[in-house]
Amino acid sequence: MSLQPFINEAVSPWMKNEGPEADIVISSRIRLARNLQDVTYPLLADKEQLEEIVGKVEDKFAGHSHRRFGQLELLKMNNLKTNEKRVLVEKHLISPNLATDSKAGAVLLSEDESLSVMVNEEDHLRIQCLLSGFQLDEGLKYANDMDDWMEEKLDFAFDEKRGYLTTCPTNVGTGLRSSVMMHLPALVLTKNLNRILPAINQLGLVVRGIYGEGSEARGNLFQVSNQTTLGKSEKDIVEDLRNVVTQLIQQERAARETLLEQSQNKLEDRIYRSYGILAYSRRMESKEAMQRLSDVRLGIDMGLIKNVNGKILNELMILTQPGFLQQYAGEKLNSEQRDERRAAVIRERFNLETNG
Amino acid sequence: MLCQECQERPASLHFTKIINGEKTEIHVCETCAKDKGDQFQGSNNFSIHQLLSGLLDAGQSISASQSQPYKKTQPDLKCPSCGMGYKQFAKVGRLGCADCYRTFNQKLEPVFKRIHGGNSVHSGKIPKRKGKDLHVHREIENLKEKMKKLIEQEEFEKAAETRDRIRSLEESLNNKGGA
Repeated sequence: MSLQPFINEAVSPWMKNEGPEADIVISSRIRLARNLQDVTYPLLADKEQLEEIVGKVEDKFAGHSHRRFGQLELLKMNNLKTNEKRVLVEKHLISPNLATDSKAGAVLLSEDESLSVMVNEEDHLRIQCLLSGFQLDEGLKYANDMDDWMEEKLDFAFDEKRGYLTTCPTNVGTGLRSSVMMHLPALVLTKNLNRILPAINQLGLVVRGIYGEGSEARGNLFQVSNQTTLGKSEKDIVEDLRNVVTQLIQQERAARETLLEQSQNKLEDRIYRSYGILAYSRRMESKEAMQRLSDVRLGIDMGLIKNVNGKILNELMILTQPGFLQQYAGEKLNSEQRDERRAAVIRERFNLETNG
Repeated sequence: MLCQECQERPASLHFTKIINGEKTEIHVCETCAKDKGDQFQGSNNFSIHQLLSGLLDAGQSISASQSQPYKKTQPDLKCPSCGMGYKQFAKVGRLGCADCYRTFNQKLEPVFKRIHGGNSVHSGKIPKRKGKDLHVHREIENLKEKMKKLIEQEEFEKAAETRDRIRSLEESLNNKGGA
């Protein structure tokens, strides 16, 4: 299998459109947690009850066409191979928990993969809308749209005083988690991020690594999201996040300027070293790959590297994850084999760039 | 026993992990164990629930030691719908069903405030279809109160009007439920 069609598979269609502020904001995500009324939550429900929910969702929504998202397809976790699930996790379409822990998990997907509804994750339903670049308002609109559509056919657990009743008290109320994935290499390099983070936490927002809860920041990619879900309207929650992200964008741009003014030679050296290593190395661990890719992406965004497309980071970030490498290889790989394969995929991708 | 990762080779390594009393067992072969490091990133890490459960436990022990010494002998509060007990909830940091919110209402109030920056009352979206019913339910409750008062004041004619209004509202709810 050659690389190009595989890239097409790895990169969700929604990622191909470049969104606003794409040089810093990789993607925006809106998630709504919903549960069915009068049904035990996935934590305590038995397999039969959970399968019944999957059946309901399949019946009412799978194969149906939504006015915005088109035809929806339902994938049941128990019918997927371990590596297929891993690939869905790496594309951020499902959570690691749905892949490994759910007794009867499923996901409803739109064709362009901008919409996914996880069934029987921590909550009965988790509606998720993913858009490229900085598009929180649009994401909220689309997710609300899907929420309304599902509510026409399902009774959600809702209380006037507490709002949408979720499994975890941290999600109660709106059930809304809005988040943006940001590439902040200059704030990391200038060590300004450590100064900013505590202030962000005080505003009821959290910053973490790209695979969510508890994961470390790789490749200078950070996920900024709201923590408070109760007592504020959805609009206000998104607005507060947007304000902070807007400031982070400005800070990151300013830090990039500073780097260019004060240490252009050092910066260029770093970027071109990483470029060289990515283009020629024969083994590459995933952590190093992410860091080098971050350097090159910074070089592209600052106009220092001109012959490479900025999408390379978004693509390789996903392509070099263990699940995708194994999918591409068509077999199970141990970590040594993966490092070798990862380096090869990166070289091949860079070749595509310079030749075509 | 087969390796739970690859389902091919026999499991030769067995781990038992206990976090906050929650026990997880992992059975894998050596090859997969080596790989496991960077596979499902995030799934085995310290989670918000563990953090939260610390918060809930702390809340309980403080309130127990403060003013109500008899609390210790009280039986564990249990949700009638799903059987979730407060102690269990404090351990896992998650609720078992929608009714748990009613069962643990008093204990949850301060928890909400702590988690959500002092807020404990929803002010966001109301579901369109169900929300409509909510408004109707609320109106029926209000009218019933009104009717009681009217009867006490011996305003029977007005009370009858109110009763008819309540009936028509209830009918509209029932019709919708049947459709």
